[in-house]
Amino acid sequence: MVDFGGWEMPVQYSGIIEEHNAVRNAVGLFDVSHMGEIEIHGPEALKLVEYVSTNSASKLKIGQAHYSALLYEHGGFVDDILVHKVAEDSFFLCVNASNQEKDFEHICQHNRFDAAVDLASDRYAQLAIQGPRALATLQKLTTTDLNAIKYYWFTDGIVAGSSTRIARTGYSGEDGFEIYFEPAEAARIWKKVLEAGEEFGLKPCGLGARNTLRLEAKMALYGHELSASVNPFEADLGWIVKMEKGEFVGRSALERALQQGIARKLAGFEMTERGIGRDGYEIWMNGDPVGWVTSGGPSPTLNKNIGLCYLPADRIAPGVNLQILIRNAPVSAVTVPTPFYKRAKA
Amino acid sequence: MSYPETYRYTKEHEWVHLDGDHAKIGITEHAQHELGDIVFVDLPKAGSKVAKGQTFGSVESVKAVSEIYAPVSGEVVEPNSLLSQRPERLNEDPHGEAWLIKVKVATPGEINDLMSAADYQRYVGAE
Repeated sequence: MVDFGGWEMPVQYSGIIEEHNAVRNAVGLFDVSHMGEIEIHGPEALKLVEYVSTNSASKLKIGQAHYSALLYEHGGFVDDILVHKVAEDSFFLCVNASNQEKDFEHICQHNRFDAAVDLASDRYAQLAIQGPRALATLQKLTTTDLNAIKYYWFTDGIVAGSSTRIARTGYSGEDGFEIYFEPAEAARIWKKVLEAGEEFGLKPCGLGARNTLRLEAKMALYGHELSASVNPFEADLGWIVKMEKGEFVGRSALERALQQGIARKLAGFEMTERGIGRDGYEIWMNGDPVGWVTSGGPSPTLNKNIGLCYLPADRIAPGVNLQILIRNAPVSAVTVPTPFYKRAKA
Repeated sequence: MSYPETYRYTKEHEWVHLDGDHAKIGITEHAQHELGDIVFVDLPKAGSKVAKGQTFGSVESVKAVSEIYAPVSGEVVEPNSLLSQRPERLNEDPHGEAWLIKVKVATPGEINDLMSAADYQRYVGAE
């Protein structure tokens, strides 16, 4: 078990590769109760969400969710978040565990609206059920028609007898659900999902598999791809920034960044020699340091060593030869298209 | 899990099996279990020198890289070529087929301060 911001969390149960493959081919269950939740209520809840986040919350319908970001005035990331629209005057944010207090303070600091901000993490446990058999597994525990929930939509229902927010979201690159409910129910619901998934080959999964899965799907992780010193255009997340929606925190810095041109960008690589480019390793090209690895490791699905890295924006096209400094020895890699893995459309 | 009585063990979870002035070096069952799925093993070439307490290579699992420290000083006679093709054998047979290197030992007495199998089992039990 590793201590993760005060949470004891297993890196693995049966083994990262086995857990990873269960999610790609069947179904996996993750305890992600460490994630933070922030609720925003009130007549001007939408205005506050629009002002502190980059995506266009006014486009959300009730029961819909999207990926978004909180930025500092200088355009760097406070956090990357999921925004759920619960009602016209109520939004539910899922945020990173280690950023939750910072996020809460950031939102409060910019709250000049008629809206109440509530750090609600203590009121929610969260499980993620991910993989092609996630729906079949969870459907055994609820009368809510899960097929009717579209990708990045959610509904409130009953799972195993408990009031639960059921969102068709995830961090694995597979179809699946993230469910939120009272912490007191967590152990019981965990067991129920384990039993329900047994016939489909469900495996309990730890943080290790969560990381290899999200890396293959090129989903960013705060502290790796994202930080206060990186902006969304650099992180290849321009699609969650709606410059046309009007004023929001960080907008003028992003405008300046776009005018000046984005100098570095996130790119994918795979190793072409023996070796694994890990987080933080330097990248060299023609004898000069040009960037660094943000996340790297073996890809169980592709059976290659892959990673994400920051490079000069004119060097990110697929096919660029890189040298990754592994324990002071340069090892060859090449830029490749991302995501590394994309599930076949159902 | 049984730890061979004829091996000596380090606090960094390597084992060494001395036979005359030659030794086999590997990592322990406990180490492979902690590392999880091993995907890459980086070992020194024959002829290179290793020094007691100094790192001589690394073992990578899916989740992390771990340095391996030499339990004795000497010259590498042979790295285990099996592991370049089948690193997962380290998870399966760390005390046997998946040894890491064979070394010609400079000072065989160096192993005297290492742990016995019984001591090592107490050590990992208490960890």
